[in-house]
Order: sequence, then structure tokens, then C-alpha cells
Amino acid sequence: MEDSGPIEIRIHGRGGQGSVTSAGLVAQAAISEDKYAQAFPSFGPERRGAPVQAFIRIDNHKPIRVRAGVTKPDIVVVLDPSLLDIVDITSGLKEGGLMVVNTKGSFKDIEEKFDAKYKLAIIDATSIARELLGRPIVNTTMIGALVKASGIVKLESLFQPLEKRFGRLAEKNKKVMLKSYTETRVKGEG
Amino acid sequence: MAQRVGMEVSVAIGEIVKLANTDVVSAYPITPQTHIVEHLAELVADGELDAEYIPVESEHSAMSACLGSAATGARTFTATAGQGLELMHEVLYVASSMRLPIVMTVANRALSSPLSVWSDHSDAMACRDTGWIQIFVENGQEAVDNTLCAFRIAEDNNVLLPVMIHLDGFHVSHVIEPILLPEQSQVDAFLPKNNYPLPLDTDKPVAMGDFGPPVIYTEAKWAQEVNLRKSKETILKVWQEFGKSFSRYYKPVECYRCEDADTLLLTMGSYSETAMTTIDKMRGEGKKIGLIRIRLWRPFPFEEFRQAVKDIKTLIVLDRAISFGGPGGPVCSEIRSALYSQNNRPEIVSFIGGLGGRDITVAGFEEIINSGMEIAETGSDNEFEIFGVRE
Repeated sequence: MEDSGPIEIRIHGRGGQGSVTSAGLVAQAAISEDKYAQAFPSFGPERRGAPVQAFIRIDNHKPIRVRAGVTKPDIVVVLDPSLLDIVDITSGLKEGGLMVVNTKGSFKDIEEKFDAKYKLAIIDATSIARELLGRPIVNTTMIGALVKASGIVKLESLFQPLEKRFGRLAEKNKKVMLKSYTETRVKGEG
Repeated sequence: MAQRVGMEVSVAIGEIVKLANTDVVSAYPITPQTHIVEHLAELVADGELDAEYIPVESEHSAMSACLGSAATGARTFTATAGQGLELMHEVLYVASSMRLPIVMTVANRALSSPLSVWSDHSDAMACRDTGWIQIFVENGQEAVDNTLCAFRIAEDNNVLLPVMIHLDGFHVSHVIEPILLPEQSQVDAFLPKNNYPLPLDTDKPVAMGDFGPPVIYTEAKWAQEVNLRKSKETILKVWQEFGKSFSRYYKPVECYRCEDADTLLLTMGSYSETAMTTIDKMRGEGKKIGLIRIRLWRPFPFEEFRQAVKDIKTLIVLDRAISFGGPGGPVCSEIRSALYSQNNRPEIVSFIGGLGGRDITVAGFEEIINSGMEIAETGSDNEFEIFGVRE
């Protein structure tokens, strides 16, 4: 993957759920590891509740030149389970690519909707966020799942960006991230 | 030592404006603004930047407030984009004519209608005759570096002109990417205090922007023209000194793999980085193709540009703006005019594309280059080719 360019990630969420924030935190973590990375929203006016996308590119070796939206991702992250039925989540997803999905369901539930040709990681992020944050905002929870399933950055690299972004709420967000990192299940890996 | 941070480019521009110890920021903070002025408002409110922040009721007022501020000798910054720049338009002329060293970043966006907040160069091209120095950047680092350089260029007493730094809206302004932010001591060593020669002072009254009857208007405009052309010397000097201090060098015309090229593609702004990937691919196939970018749009670098294209056969120009009913894209029409007097000039093919935020992919640039080379051979009845349009 690395020889052919950066690893490309597309995050699907709804306006107000923090998709862009999560993309930014992961890029900042990668940059703190001396990698090259970029993160940006799907360009346009922001609308709360509407399906939105955010993008991340990470390259371990060289600066990233492409600035267009990610259309052929290596990884997709789904923050909002309701999007599975209304957005073409796997559009352009590379064969053997990774789906990281927030769901209360099982591997089988997801595989019934999508081809089994993708690597799959699932986590009930909404329940974790409700329990520890007191609200169903899952962006930081899903970062834990993404890191567990992909290893694109070190978990510790996220601590500083989290602190900078969330201040006094950083500790709680760190907790949900760690919990989801532990509880995320990756198909074929136990 | 500079610090390598992952930061949204707009926020990084706010940081460099802070490091430049700016005295006054005046802005109208509503769409299509960027986080640049939002971040500066935070820095001022948090006491991290000791500046006067003047929130105003429109972009026209933002630039008007900058006039007054710069005339007192205060280091003055504002930022805008798209429609906002249009609303400033008449005041832009006043800023340059009154020789006021204002620095402004412009996140380039398309113009209405239809309503678009996405990027192209229509806004930048619409103010090419306003007498400002205009510099185009391609990524976040270039935006930060050139914003710093802009203060030094604008305030140099041989220049005393306002400077616009053009970065593409969204594609650069909204991206989190690695930025090397200099230390305060490095900025202080590079950027001297603003030493405006005739600041407004009640003890030493001067008249500025006075009436200019026919007996003096032509002289005033000629002086302005001579001054803007001459500013290139200082711009080159400042870039050179920036390079010595920070090891990143900027030139009025930037070349990428132009050595021994027969054909050059010309772009400006962030799409240049995508085009480089296309150039690498086509070079890999043995094609003698390179990329040329105009960084300094005003004053136009005639000498450097003519030098860069003197040995090539074909020049393919991509404009991201239309001059409606005119000779095509504004960049291409200026380039044709810059080369008309030259004995050896390349075939010039004009393309317009990437309007209102439409992406041009690596494959798209390959299509532009291939079709441009074909048109150079066969000729075309069109003033310009429009790329990727659905008809």
C-alpha cells in the first residue's frame, strides 16, 4: 500500500458528530510521529444532521500532494449506524480494504449488507459513548476502533492532540478511546 | 528551531500573523470567511496577541478600517475570500494608491451566481488591476511562509504597497497538514519593526488620498505603476533572505522537471501539486514534459517567465477563471501578450477548468496535456478549450 501512495481513509458521519474532528486528531497523531498526513472535511457548507464525510491521508515517507477528496479509500469508518442503509459506504473501497463500523449488530449483520471481500471491524461505540461521555458522540470512540483495526498510528500519539482539542474533557475522551480500542472486534482476529 | 505541527492551514496563518506581532486585525467574520480571522479573534481575546481586533459590518468596512490603521503606521492584517473580496473591491484601489502596506490572505473561491463557496481563481483575477502585489501559494507551508514575507515586502520603504497572499479555498485553507512554525526569535530576526515613513500624526499633519485633478492624476498613476514594477526587486530580495533564514526558497516563476522539456503545463495554486504527479508519470514514460507555476502574479515576472519558456515548443495554460466573452482565461491571455514580441515563442494552448471547486485528477491533467499537445499540432478555432464540461 505504501509504495503506491498514502493510506487513504474516509469517515462517514452526520454533521455535528465530530467526523472532521476525528479526522484531524488522527492526522495530528500521525504528524507527531514524523509522518506526513492531511485531514479535511468534504468541502462545502456544514449542515447538522446531514450525511457528511471527512478524509485522512497518511504517508510514512513523503509529502502528500493530492488535495482532492478520497474516492478510493483503503479504509472507511462509519460513525453513524443509520448511514449503512442510506449512503454508499463502500463506494470505491479497495478490495481487501477495511471497514470500521459503529454497530450494535454482529459481523454477520454487516456482511449481509456488504460483500465479504472487505476486512471488517465492529464496535458498539454508541453504548460506550453514552456510558462514559453521557452523550452519543462517537468520534473519539471510533478513533480507538480505527487504531485497533488498522494500527495506522500509535494509540499514545493521540493523547496530546486529544488534550489540546478537548481540554478538561480530554480525560473522558481518552477513556472512551481506550475502551473501544480494547473492545473492538476485528473479523478473523478472535 | 521551528516546530513541526499538524495544524489547519487557516489556524497556522493566524499563528504566523501573531508571530509577526500584528497591531491591527479588521475583518468581517461570516461565510465565506475562513478560520484565519476566527483564530486571530481567539488569540486577541485570550491575550496571546496584543492587537486591536476590529469586527466590522462588511468586507468593504474591513478594508476601510485597514486603510486607517495602516496609515497610522500600525502593522495591519485582514483576510477574506470570494464574494468578500468582491465587496472590498473599490477600497482595494485606495489601499494601493495611498501606498498602505496592508497584508491580506485570500482563500480563493468562485463567485456567484450560482452560489458557490468552492475554490477557483475568479476572485483573484478580478482584482489583478487593483495595484496590489499578488502572490499565489500551493500548500500550507507556502501560505505561512509567504504571509510572513508579505509583511516585510509590504512595509519595506522601497515598496509600501499592500500584498495579497492567494491560497485555494478549502483545498488549502481547510486542510490539517504538517507545518513548520518558526520560533518568535526567528520571526523577530527576519521581520523588522514597521517603519512607515509618514504616519498619521496630529502634530505633523499630512493629507492622504486627496483630490487628484487632471493636472496630477496621470503622474500619480504612473508613479504607482513604476513603484509596483520596481517592487519585484524587493520581493526577490525578501524571498532570498527568507531562504537564508529558513532554508525554503521561493521564486516568481517556479519550475518542476522543466529541464530539457518540449512541453510545459502552466498552473497556479494548489492544483499544481496534483499536476506534478501527472508530470512524474509522463516523464516516467519518456515524455519531455514539465510544469511551470506563476507564483508572483503582480507585478508580473516578464523576464523570469520569458526565460523559463524560451526553449520549449508547446505551452499549455490552465486557467481557473473565465474572462467572459474575452480571449479566454486571464492567465493565458496575459501570457500570450507577454510572449507576442518574442522571436522564439512556443505554441500556446489555453484551457479553462477546475471552476467552482471541481477537481482535476492526475488522469485529468494527463488528458489536458495530451489534448493540448494535439491542438498545438493541429490548431484550434477556439479561443480556449473548456475542460470536463458536460454539454
